[in-house]
Amino acid sequence: MNLPCPNCGVRPITEFLYGELTSVPDAITDADARDVDRAFMRNNPQGPQTERWFHVYGCRRWITLQRDTRTDEVL
Amino acid sequence: MNEFIEQRVSLTWQQPKKSYDVVIIGGGGHGLAAAYYLATRHGITNVAVLERSYIGGGNSGRNTTIIRSNYGIPEAVRFYQRSVDLYATLEAETDRWVMHKEKGMIGLAHSEANMRVEKARAAVNTAFGAKTDWIGPDEVKKMCPELDMTGGGHYPVVGAAYHHSGATARHDRVVWAFAEGAMKRGAHVHQRIEVTGLQIAGNRVTGVQTTQGDIAAGAVLCAVGGHVTSVAAMAGLRLPIRTHQLQAFVTNHYERTFAPILSSGPLLFYVSQTARGEMLMGAEIDRQPSYSYRSDYKFLQGCAFRAVTLLPFLRNLQVLRQWTGVCDMSPDYSPIMGQTGVEGFYITTGWGTWGFKAIPASGEQLAAAISTGKTPDLIAPFSLDRFALDRTMADRGSAGTH
Ligand SMILES: Cc1cc2nc3c(=O)[nH]c(=O)nc-3n(C[C@H](O)[C@H](O)[C@H](O)COP(=O)(O)OP(=O)(O)OC[C@H]3O[C@@H](n4cnc5c(N)ncnc54)[C@H](O)[C@@H]3O)c2cc1C
Ligand SMILES: [Zn+2]
Repeated sequence: MNLPCPNCGVRPITEFLYGELTSVPDAITDADARDVDRAFMRNNPQGPQTERWFHVYGCRRWITLQRDTRTDEVL
Repeated sequence: MNEFIEQRVSLTWQQPKKSYDVVIIGGGGHGLAAAYYLATRHGITNVAVLERSYIGGGNSGRNTTIIRSNYGIPEAVRFYQRSVDLYATLEAETDRWVMHKEKGMIGLAHSEANMRVEKARAAVNTAFGAKTDWIGPDEVKKMCPELDMTGGGHYPVVGAAYHHSGATARHDRVVWAFAEGAMKRGAHVHQRIEVTGLQIAGNRVTGVQTTQGDIAAGAVLCAVGGHVTSVAAMAGLRLPIRTHQLQAFVTNHYERTFAPILSSGPLLFYVSQTARGEMLMGAEIDRQPSYSYRSDYKFLQGCAFRAVTLLPFLRNLQVLRQWTGVCDMSPDYSPIMGQTGVEGFYITTGWGTWGFKAIPASGEQLAAAISTGKTPDLIAPFSLDRFALDRTMADRGSAGTH
């Protein structure tokens, strides 16, 4: 599997570290419940997900991309 | 499921009814075992297991079949030991040959620090009923003569924790034994029915919506492996689960007997020999979440490298098959079982890369929870609300990769 880096071009995934993006649903309003959600709960979508990758063996910068978790296709 | 199997295991398929006492979503080991124990231990047989594909087609038919109880925290050791014990008597109980075999498991230590961790774990194991002894390098070599004791120069073997009850069983036979046992007593198992929604009245589950219509239920158990997040969302629940791929591969036949299960924590590698003589091995999950079943060369290369580091003879074997499952990973590397806050809706998840060994005990305990409405002590520590209560059951080091 390869990932497109805007600085280095298309590179093998082994050069990157995965960085998660999390979000707490607005529907959760209680402050403690939001903390629990932020710490533990995950969207874990089947489909497109926005995520961060660190190009550790390349330009050493964070990139943001969208990947379909059903197919691993970068969108 | 092919005819060959159906001749040997008598599975009687029925038409789905409009209503059941208990509906179980997911025909993997966990769902089918729950149906089996509901029938055999509690006389509850008005039960349906709904499987969207074929039974055992998920992780229960894709795993490397390691059964063990050498976990790192007392609650986990007790729970998994119960499962190890149930596995040991499963053939006698079901009258089905699931190829269960106690082999012993060698957990290698490669450094001083490793040794301390393994010795500490062995002490916890033994204290809570999972006999594990520390053994020196000479004894390791005797049990596993193929082992390169220098670990390719980088992973010297300084000793090992020997877990006596380490075992394997044939995964699909386990699935079929539970399915047959449940169906024989009247439970229904329906293949190719997907649950697409839950019916909730107030804060209580009353049934499921499926690709073949609505089905009413007194209680619903969600046992869907890596796909749990979307099913839980049907009940308005958010879970601490991420779905990750785990791969494994098997070689052609090794002409000698490779007796024990061999595992290295630091190398994130483990191997055992199947009944056919093939060498079956695996490593860790992929870093990024994914629901894709595609296997890749990166895994094969990484895992094979570690394999020959410890067992140089593997160089001479060929890779026959490689495959992937999608695993429900929990943040503390412990399972999540029991009630969910939505009345009548039960869950069994967080089985990650380690849930095959847990199939009997999870099924037994959830059947008890569902039939009595009370959470048994053995699984109480593994409740979903432990995260909000700051009572996580951290056991990453022992969950390992299998
Ligand atoms: C490569 C690999 C190696 C492993 N090695 C080991 C090991 O050595 N030892 C060990 O203990 N564990 C191991 N595991 C983990 C183990 O396989 C799993 O934890 C266990 O099989 C989980 O069983 P389950 O019944 O919860 O899930 P599954 O067996 O995945 O069953 C879930 C079922 O639910 C169905 N389903 C999903 N969504 C729906 C829906 N909406 N409606 C209806 N049905 C649905 C699926 O089709 C599937 O059949 C390994 C896993 C993998 C992938
Ligand atoms: Zn780059």
